[in-house]
Amino acid sequence: MDPIHQFNISKIYILGHIGGYEISITNSALFMFAAVFVIIGGMLAATVRQSLVPGRAQAVVETTYEFVAGMVRQSAGEAGMKFFPLVFTLFSFILVLNMFAMIPGLFAVTSHIVVTVFLALVVFLTVVIYGFWHNGLRFLKLFVPSGVPVYILPLIVAIEIMSFFSRPISHSVRLFANILAGHITLKVFAGFVVLLGGLGIAGWIGALLPLALTVALTALELLVAFLQAYVFAILTCIYLNDAIHPGH
Amino acid sequence: MADRRSPDDEAALSARLKQLGERIHEAGAKRRHEAEELREEETRRQDEPTNLAIALRLSSEFVAGVLLGGLIGWLIDHFAGTSPWGLIVFLLLGFGAGTLNTMRAAGLVAQQGTAEKKD
Repeated sequence: MDPIHQFNISKIYILGHIGGYEISITNSALFMFAAVFVIIGGMLAATVRQSLVPGRAQAVVETTYEFVAGMVRQSAGEAGMKFFPLVFTLFSFILVLNMFAMIPGLFAVTSHIVVTVFLALVVFLTVVIYGFWHNGLRFLKLFVPSGVPVYILPLIVAIEIMSFFSRPISHSVRLFANILAGHITLKVFAGFVVLLGGLGIAGWIGALLPLALTVALTALELLVAFLQAYVFAILTCIYLNDAIHPGH
Repeated sequence: MADRRSPDDEAALSARLKQLGERIHEAGAKRRHEAEELREEETRRQDEPTNLAIALRLSSEFVAGVLLGGLIGWLIDHFAGTSPWGLIVFLLLGFGAGTLNTMRAAGLVAQQGTAEKKD
């Protein structure tokens, strides 16, 4: 009945110890492996027999490719296509994990901030490293907006730098908070159904309202699951765009 | 004779034909226009997330700025022993960054690095 209980991490298999830290396969890691397996397996299965007129599975894979490729081209330009594998990996990984979480009883990996922070840091470090490698010190022009009077420039630059470094935080918090809040809400409303249902006939009638809400929330959560994967991927593209073309 | 038409009939027929052609053309243009509008509306609706998503997006942008400012300020104070000045300065800077983030997310300020150059 505890709405937080669903996020508990449990050890499934202990691999060993490294420097006093226990390395184990948890339910979170298991679901990540499952997601990778589903993505790779699905992609391979859908494209192993390619046909000019795509079947159902091939159409899904091709649509996903077109969708992500369009997103990358639109937000980061043609030069951004070299980061297509990164964006596609992030999008499909998060989408599959979010969709797993929508199946009752399965674990919501993206509801743990440590996972989303790591994904956001991968993007952030890619932007910083590629930005300096590709543009050299011109990358720093990102922090100096043009047309600002000199006397407030130091303040503006400081704020721009802070804004830049707060990106991985908002990038990761958004995904984590959406999934966490959604799953807690679902659990609470579903809990009301059980509580009221235990009260007898009057309770059954009263339980109809939270039941309807739970159904509606499930639909909303499905939308959120897709939307957050999309938002994470499109923000990745926008950030990568800064690394590719800093200060046009 | 039925198959011998007078020039008057011929002219009326061609005028009617022309009128019909124009009407078909107009209807086609109108329908194409409507379809285009419908498609535009569709894409707009797809791009427009729910209100909850917007609220979460804007608030997370703002909170991220303030949190980062507070964290940096606290760390500086902790290691340099400048308490409370680091926290004060960086919290304010973080507040500024959070506001900037939020305005960027809302589309009120140009994205970082894409500001138009004043010539």
